[in-house]
Amino acid sequence: MSQKIKNLGKYKYRSVGKSVEKIDSISLSTGKAKFFADYIIPDTAHVKFLYSKHAHAEILSIDTTKAEKIDGVIYILHHENTEQIPHTTAGQGFPEPSPYDSVMFDKTMRFVGDKVAAVLAETPEIAEEACNKIKVKYKILPALFDYEIASDKGSPIIHCEKTKKYPIPIPYSPNLNIAAEVDINIGNLEEGLSESDYYFDETFYTHYSSHAMLEPHGVITYLDETGRLVIITATQVPFHVRRICAMVLNIPIKQIRVIKPRIGGGFGGKQEVFLEYIAALFTLKTNRPAKISLSRKDVFRSSRTRHPMRVNIRCGVKKNGHINAFCIDALMNTGAYGSHALTVLSNAGSKVLPLINKAEHQRFIGKSVYTNLPVGGAYRGYGATQSYFAVGQVMDIMARKLNIDLIEFYSQNNIKKGETSPIFEKLGEGKEGVKMIVESCGLEECIKKGVEAIDWYAKRDKQIEKNNKVHGVGMVCLMQGSGIPRIDMGSAYIKMNEDGSFNLHIGATDIGTGSDTILAQIAAEAIGTDIDEIIVLSSDTDLTPFDVGAYASSTTYISGQAVRKCGLKIKKQILEVASEITNQNIEELEILNKKVQWNNGSLDFSEICSYALYTNNQFQIQATASNISNTSPPPFSAHFAEVAVDKETGEIEIIKYVTTVDCGTAINPKLAEGQVEGAVVNGISWALTEEYRFNKQGGMINADFGRYKIYTSIDIPNMETILIPTHEPTGPYGAKSVSEIAINGPGPAIANAIYDAIGVRIHSLPIKPEKILELYNKKNN
Amino acid sequence: MKIKLYINNQLKNINIHEGETLLETLRNLGFTSVKYGCGTGDCGACIVLKNNVPVNSCQILTASVSDEKITTVEGISTINKPHIIQIELTKAGAIQCGYCTPAIVLCAYALLKENSNPSIDEIKGAISSNLCRCTGYIKIIEGIQNAAKLYSNLFQEDN
Ligand code: FES
Ligand code: FES
Repeated sequence: MSQKIKNLGKYKYRSVGKSVEKIDSISLSTGKAKFFADYIIPDTAHVKFLYSKHAHAEILSIDTTKAEKIDGVIYILHHENTEQIPHTTAGQGFPEPSPYDSVMFDKTMRFVGDKVAAVLAETPEIAEEACNKIKVKYKILPALFDYEIASDKGSPIIHCEKTKKYPIPIPYSPNLNIAAEVDINIGNLEEGLSESDYYFDETFYTHYSSHAMLEPHGVITYLDETGRLVIITATQVPFHVRRICAMVLNIPIKQIRVIKPRIGGGFGGKQEVFLEYIAALFTLKTNRPAKISLSRKDVFRSSRTRHPMRVNIRCGVKKNGHINAFCIDALMNTGAYGSHALTVLSNAGSKVLPLINKAEHQRFIGKSVYTNLPVGGAYRGYGATQSYFAVGQVMDIMARKLNIDLIEFYSQNNIKKGETSPIFEKLGEGKEGVKMIVESCGLEECIKKGVEAIDWYAKRDKQIEKNNKVHGVGMVCLMQGSGIPRIDMGSAYIKMNEDGSFNLHIGATDIGTGSDTILAQIAAEAIGTDIDEIIVLSSDTDLTPFDVGAYASSTTYISGQAVRKCGLKIKKQILEVASEITNQNIEELEILNKKVQWNNGSLDFSEICSYALYTNNQFQIQATASNISNTSPPPFSAHFAEVAVDKETGEIEIIKYVTTVDCGTAINPKLAEGQVEGAVVNGISWALTEEYRFNKQGGMINADFGRYKIYTSIDIPNMETILIPTHEPTGPYGAKSVSEIAINGPGPAIANAIYDAIGVRIHSLPIKPEKILELYNKKNN
Repeated sequence: MKIKLYINNQLKNINIHEGETLLETLRNLGFTSVKYGCGTGDCGACIVLKNNVPVNSCQILTASVSDEKITTVEGISTINKPHIIQIELTKAGAIQCGYCTPAIVLCAYALLKENSNPSIDEIKGAISSNLCRCTGYIKIIEGIQNAAKLYSNLFQEDN
């Protein structure tokens, strides 16, 4: 790096760290940006599904004669005329750490919402009508709804077929309804517990929830002019879509092109491949473009959810406040299929236990079990959310028992810069993890700023009463990761144009997060140009290099570093050409303001590229780069809630919510704040109002936004978001991840605040007024 | 059946099927800013203005609005000439996936037409039928507030 740029100081950048406008904002807000449903492919036919009304049943016969006779029906797919290729719908790296327990259409229905058949017809209405005319005879099987008894003797077994297995060696016992198991030991837990001065044993429950991304899932497939299959799909994982479709359709990968258009939010819900191959098969069978647009009800009932979890914690602490033994025992309901059954479960330990790394004795025991309920999947926070609801409250319980302020208690036990945790190495994603040292940690600062913003010491333990409402404050500390080390890979390609602009092609998948923008910022920074000179094309399996996709908080950290490396290669080539043109030594040259400059002269980027393309030793200034990481630096966060609880009604009002986050360098602070605010509101909404309600048959009874309540503009509390800058040496320009962590805070922070106000401990979500009232009355009687 | 429709100040003669919703009609006509999010009147992604009042187009039969003035964001802006509300939402970082955005722009537009100096609560109220899962609303409210500050001048231009 040249002297002058160095002089700008370590953390001063040209594009990075600036809240530049998100590059697709105007296109989105004027309605021009194209989502999958906005692609008009002539002659498109429409797909509708017949879903199982039974939670557990075997299809004895399926009669489509009547449906086929309806004018406009083109093709019907079901288990009798499709291949049974076991796979997982989880869009993860290959081989996936999820069991291959799904087939395109199964003979056995495992939850209300499982797919019986699909109809392709000229209009959606005809397809719907035809679905209703399909006659299905079922043998109803006993259903399993209570995940706590899933492995008990006599419980119905949900996956009996011998073909079901993991593609990697993982303990898997479908005969006991066990989809995944983990047991990790550090030290000797029982010994540790017996040596501690105080012992705790607490159990918490978290519930189902929907990602509720505004755009429902959907896909359009067609054959292009060369006969190749094109899939335009609302996905977070275009390259995994291509691979899984090739496998399930049994066609070569080269036959498939996946295009990711604009995406209306994902939050993990679109990290799932369960629609694309069905539309594709229709297209392959009929040569017709096929379109699937899920209804909101379909999204609620038949797509994916947050896995419910029971988290038991046994831990011991010394009188001096040192936590010496800590065990998380998680039982996860994966629903009818085991999508992400192992990895969401593992993250309940791996993204949580390292935070309290001082405990010499730690254990993580986890089990994922099948039930006849909706299918779990990836959901922002990914198991850590469920676990923090428990751990965050247990920290409060311990601190109170010891009579130590919670802030102090956290500060004493939290992981610090330069420290490590054996959990990093022991608990990975489907295999061992990776040893690592925390090289950046702003948690102390997060706590400090949060304490000030919420005015902690003036409010904690004060039970201030105003208008029959008691006020209380609570907080929680959090960590997450940045990508999956040695697994996630991102890559980039950049070429230069003769006007001095650049094309940036990335596999990374912008699903509304702003990754196209921040990756353009990183490219501009590395090259030494402005962001409006960067033309971004992302996520097209024909045109862009590979990327695992948008998940695991990986894009900024993993793909961002690939873009940086690529940009630096471009910069080098630019300097080489400039040196050839000017006969100056490369060392004398530097890039500033879209120009190459030296002592007494300068060359515009456009002159340099024109020379390279047209004048002498012609070549294309272009580069590619890939990136994986040997580490997954945790972002850190502290959340603070002030609540007012109405003792008469149990209603709670969040008076103020403060979130402080260390995400390293925020490449784009406004967009980083936006990630945090969105995650916090989603977290509050999940903790307080969102709820799947089921009837006796296991069907969701509130599958619409009228009855499944998510937060609106008038529900949000007074919120403050504070970014705490640190510099992560392994990240691009010091960046770590930011998108997931903040959803983990609201549950425990609010529950701790409620305890602070009225002294009741909330052991299950959602926190409804009735529940608070009942607990409060019980306590006072 | 054949009906007339006034969309964005243009008269269109169109063919619709029985029971066709305004959401379907508008999307079929290429107004892709109007989004499907739920179909039950609960998310606001499909909001358009009917005589300058926000309505959920998924809940309205096209046949019932043939004499009304319908406005979509295509009627108040183009990609090269965005409206001040879109510019301010962009600056505020209020647009993440953007699926909710066109409808929010229209609700803000309707609000500012009536009230160029809205309070925060009035802004929240004006977009209370628009679900947004990405942003947590904070930056949307901020963007609309900033647009309001610049709006009085622009409002005169508009007329
Ligand atoms: S699609 Fe009309 S309100 Fe949701
Ligand atoms: S920006 Fe995604 S729903 Fe509002």
